Parts: sequence; structure tokens; C-alpha cells
Amino acid sequence: MSTVVENHHDDHHHGPAKGLKRWFYTTNHKDIGTLYLWFSFAMFLIGGAMALVIRAELFQPGMQIVEPEFYNQMLTLHGLIMVFGAVMPAFVGLANWLVPMMIGAPDMALPRMNNLSFWILPFAFFVLLSSLFMDGGAPNFGWTFYAPLSTTYAPPSTTFFIFSVHIMGASSIMGSINVIVTIMNMRAPGITLMKMPLFVWSWLITAYLLIAVMPVLAGAVTMMLMDIHFGTSFFNAAGGGDPVLFQHIFWFFGHPEVYIMILPAFGIVSHIIETFSRKQLFGYSSMVWALLSIAILSFVVWAHHMFTVGMPLAAELFFMWATMLIAVPTGVKVFNWVATMFKGSITFEVPMLFACAFVVLFTLGGFSGLMLAIVPADFQYHDTYFVVAHFHYVLVPGAIFSIMAAVYYWIPKWTGNMYDERLGRLHFWLSFIGVNVTFFPQHFIGLAGMPRRYPDYALQFADWNMVSSVGAFLFGFSQILFLFIVLKTVMGGKKATSEVWEGARGLEWTVESPAPYHTFTVPPKIN
Amino acid sequence: MGNKKKIILKLSGAVLGMYLFSFLLVPLYDVFCDITGINGKVTQTKNADSSITAEGREISIQFISHNNEGMPWEFKPSEKVSKIKTGAMYETSFYAKNTTNKMMTAVAVNSVAPSNAKDFIKKVECFCFQEGIDLMPGEEILLPIKMVVDNELPNNIKNIVLSYTIFDSNLEHNIITDHDSDHMGS
Repeated sequence: MSTVVENHHDDHHHGPAKGLKRWFYTTNHKDIGTLYLWFSFAMFLIGGAMALVIRAELFQPGMQIVEPEFYNQMLTLHGLIMVFGAVMPAFVGLANWLVPMMIGAPDMALPRMNNLSFWILPFAFFVLLSSLFMDGGAPNFGWTFYAPLSTTYAPPSTTFFIFSVHIMGASSIMGSINVIVTIMNMRAPGITLMKMPLFVWSWLITAYLLIAVMPVLAGAVTMMLMDIHFGTSFFNAAGGGDPVLFQHIFWFFGHPEVYIMILPAFGIVSHIIETFSRKQLFGYSSMVWALLSIAILSFVVWAHHMFTVGMPLAAELFFMWATMLIAVPTGVKVFNWVATMFKGSITFEVPMLFACAFVVLFTLGGFSGLMLAIVPADFQYHDTYFVVAHFHYVLVPGAIFSIMAAVYYWIPKWTGNMYDERLGRLHFWLSFIGVNVTFFPQHFIGLAGMPRRYPDYALQFADWNMVSSVGAFLFGFSQILFLFIVLKTVMGGKKATSEVWEGARGLEWTVESPAPYHTFTVPPKIN
Repeated sequence: MGNKKKIILKLSGAVLGMYLFSFLLVPLYDVFCDITGINGKVTQTKNADSSITAEGREISIQFISHNNEGMPWEFKPSEKVSKIKTGAMYETSFYAKNTTNKMMTAVAVNSVAPSNAKDFIKKVECFCFQEGIDLMPGEEILLPIKMVVDNELPNNIKNIVLSYTIFDSNLEHNIITDHDSDHMGS
């Protein structure tokens, strides 16, 4: 991407290096942010192509296009790539671009580690994707890789999967350490913790969550590795282990992980709604406390993913109530966004359209989550398409829409050019319609009893599956338009002012557009 | 700069700590299951004398056996159902035969339903406490169980099911055959 070179003719090390070297050797937070964002976009398209293979197969009942074994591999890789390759790196990219500018710091605290944590990611995904071409195929046990499917019955390529997860984990952990040290140490004088922009707050909490749970994921895959190759029996009942233990360890990581994928979105949406409502955020400190409570509660709800394994009643009740408790701080956030919009002079530019869709559709996904939290109901919904509909509603129009909103909102700052508003609106409406046509019918087929993860289904589910597949192709191909819009904006367009948006708050809007290669080499003065 | 090093050190310590914690979850899980008794496994009682009292009421006790996938042994209870009295010592056995032509070691895992009956079953002897059961090719064995059901057993429990699953304890062998037969072929 063309982050414009500054005109320092006397000072050679201030501008970026030329050519490919710039990207390999860079320690500049803006360059690394750009790399992360493009990488996650590439992964989004690859993972999306896999989703379309899945939806093409499910267009009609019966086996049409792919073998069931290949279907399972697509299902597994789609989940892994979207979670670890698309959503998480996109948020890290946004953190790289925005956190230093928002707190008035010249760069991230650990620039060389920043370079390392990005550049190991392509290798992790190269290893993961290469397993598609190995004997026995790619991992085929679903993104949750439950033992013993992922140990005793796993394809030989599972070892490559384990190492790629280790690399992804190392990358996330280094990224998180970097974010925390930056926020703790490099805020401009006057920016106290309770004056930090909400995106910075959301990332500070996310980074702590990552540090707490990525090592647990590393532990889980290490145990798998030892079970497969070194004769241990962590998850093998024959040797005294327990497969249910795997689910506990996995979801101890997994539930905080789903908040890792949504907390930065909360931050982004708060900024966008504030700007386009031309009002101050309704309740800043309540937003911070809500973020913190959600993060803390995320550690005591993991077993709601596994109500059907046979838990004592007391445990089921505890995890049910704890899960429902999360609706309270989440409700505080939704109330805050709506109250911020209330009586504001709102305009609906593309970032605001995505943010409004986020508020409505994320809340809808939250409600289906509450339905799933009810133990007796969950026994019915467990492992059906209702669950698929639920987590896609919180991840696609939740996390992904917030990332798209962020790109439209900040791309004028990154490139110095305004995006094409008309094309942006078209992209929004195609995505909005596509996402709902894809996932809303999955609630119906799930409640009717269609199990998830199968390549074939009973005839009574045929109609809604066809609708869902049509929506998926609409949503998928709309993203080509998004790629086109981003490229067009990078190439040129109406020049953006420093402020970009009328009444936008925050330090990033005080520097010129595009943001110079080096910003805030002298800390800004905060009033 | 000193502050920066301190934060990095603390955070790296947290990462290492959480990695170790994930392994600590393994024994913690067992301890938790043991205390709450939720996995329904009966552990060995050294001295069951205190439970041997005047004979109480009659309950029915059922034995079921499972072979884990790929375990070729013949494995079944000597009696499927019997009526027993609480407070009295009861002895029965399971029959096992190694049907293969190689020496094998098996492990048995037990489970009780309903799980709240678990605390009232005092097993003095059970093959499920053994580290491994070794049988030569074609060898047969009667595996003993010796137990008392305590008189304090809640009145609503009239039927107890004791389930035993037998596993081939040679894991390496297990995994290799699974790969060869199921996966490479498909």
C-alpha cells in the first residue's frame, strides 16, 4: 500500500526503504499494520472460498461436488483460517496502525519483535495449507479439534497443524506483549488510563486475554502432539486419560478467544458511532467497566460449550447463570451505543452503516447465544445449525463488519484519499443482504434439527439450505467489490483533509492525511 | 527503559505460567472429579469392615461389559443381574479371553450409574484396580470383584449398574492399526 514517503531529503533513514526490502525489514508500525491487514484480507478470501465449497455442496441434498473427506477438510480449514488468519490478524493490523497514533506515541514499544510477530504468520499458514496436499489430507476434525478425533483418528498431517498453531500462538503472544508495553509505557503525557480512546482500552484488555489463553492452547496442542507421537495418554482412556479433559482445556482457551475476536470490534464501533452521531459517547467509563467485566467473566463460562458431556446439575446451573450474566455488561454497551445515537445529528456514511448493522446483528447473535445458554434448550440445539447461525451472526456481521467499518473509517487517514462513497454503499448493502440471507435461514434448519458439520442432509432441510447457499455466494462475491474499492482508494481519489470526518475526536485526526511515515516523534500536548 | 523491561519480564512470566497451568489442569481435573465423584469411578477401599453390618434391604445389581474399539478379547460378566443385600459382602467375576495369537495387556475402566451410588459401593477387590491384565495367546481368566454396598445407600436407589470397559493398553499398536485400517485406506 502506498504509505507516502516523506520529503526528508537530508535524512535518509526517515523514509521507508525501497522495494521488497521495505516490507521484509520494516519496523515501522504503519508498515506492519498494512502487512497484517493485507495478509488477513488474503486469508479472508481463501477462507471464504472454502466456505463457498461448503455452501456449494450443501446447495442440494445428496453428495454433488466434493468427497465427504474433502468436505471435512474444508470445514476445518475454513474455521481455522477465519479465526486465526482473518479476524485476529486484522485486529492486530488495526492495533498497529492506530494504537500508537491514538496515544501519541512515535511507534510500537518493540518494533523488531513487531516485525517478527508478523513475518512468522505467513509461514504458519503455509504449513497449515500445505497439509491439503499431504497423504491422508488436511486436518478434518473441525476447528475445535476434539480428541480423540484429532489424536487417535487424525490424519498424519495433524503434526503440521500442531506446529502451525504453535507459530500462530507465538505470533499472537508477541503481538500482545507489544501492545501492552506500548500502551503502558508510551502514552503521551496527559493521557491517563481513563482518558484513553476506547479502541486502545479494548485492545489492552484483549491483549491480556491473549496472554492468558494462547499458552493454554499451546499446552492443549502439545498434549495432542505427545499423545500422537510419544505414547502419553492425556486424552486416551485406555491409558488412564480422558477425552472430556480435552474439551475442558480447549474451551478454557476457546471462550476467552471468542471475546478476543469481539472486544476490539466494540472499541471500533464506539468510535464510529460517536463520530457520525456528532455527540460525545454516552457513558465512557461504563463502557470501560463493561469491557473489563466481559473479559473477566469470559474465564468462568467455558463449559457452556459442552453441556451435553454429562456434567452434574450444579455445574450446568453455574455455567448457565454465569453465561447469562455476560448479557448484562453487553447490554450496557448496546445501550450506550443507542444512547449515543439518540438525538444525535446522524449521517450514514459507509462506516456508520456498517456500525449500525453491527449493533443490530451482533445483538441478534447475542440473543441466540442467550437461548443456547439455557441448559435444557441447549440439549436440543447442541451441534445443530442453530449454533452455526449463532456464531456466524456474532463473527460475520459482528467482528468482520466492524473490521470493514474500521477500514472505511480510517482508510482516508492511511492513504490520504477518500473511498468511493457510492461503491462503498453498494458493498454495504450487498454484504448486509448477503449475510442475512446466508445465516438467518440457518436458525430455522437448526431448530428443525439439522446437525452441523455433515456434507449431506435430510430432504426437509433442502429449501432453506438452497436459500442459504445463494446468500453465501452473494456475500462472498461482494467482497471482490470490497477489494476493488480498497485498491481504488489506494491508487487515488478525492484528497482527504486531516480531520477527514466532521467532528471526529482523537489524536489520529490531528496529523495530516495520509499519516506521515513517522508521527508524534515529539509527544503531542494534551489539554 | 527499566520500566519497559519489567513489564516485558512480567508478561513473559505470565505466558510461561499459563502454559504450565494448562498442564496443571490435567491433575486438577482428576482431583476435581475425585472430590465431586462426577465421573462415577469407584476407587479401592482397603477395609470395608465398617460397612459389613446387619443385612439390609434387597437391591438389584447389573453388570455390563464393553470392548473399546479394536479390542478383540472376549469379555463378559459371569452373571448379568443379581439380587444382593446391602451390608453384606458380595463376590462375582468377569470372564476374559485373549482371542488373538499374541500376548496382550488390557486395562479396565469402571463406571457406576446412578453416579450418586458411587460413595456407597465399597470395593475391596476389583480387576479394574490392576495396572494391567496380561493374557497369553488363547488364555482365559476369571477376574474377581469383591464388594459391599453400604446400608446407607439412599432409599430411592433400587438398581445399580456397574459398567466395565476394557482397553488394549498397547497404545502405540492401537494408533498404528487405526491409521492403517481406517485412514490411509479412505
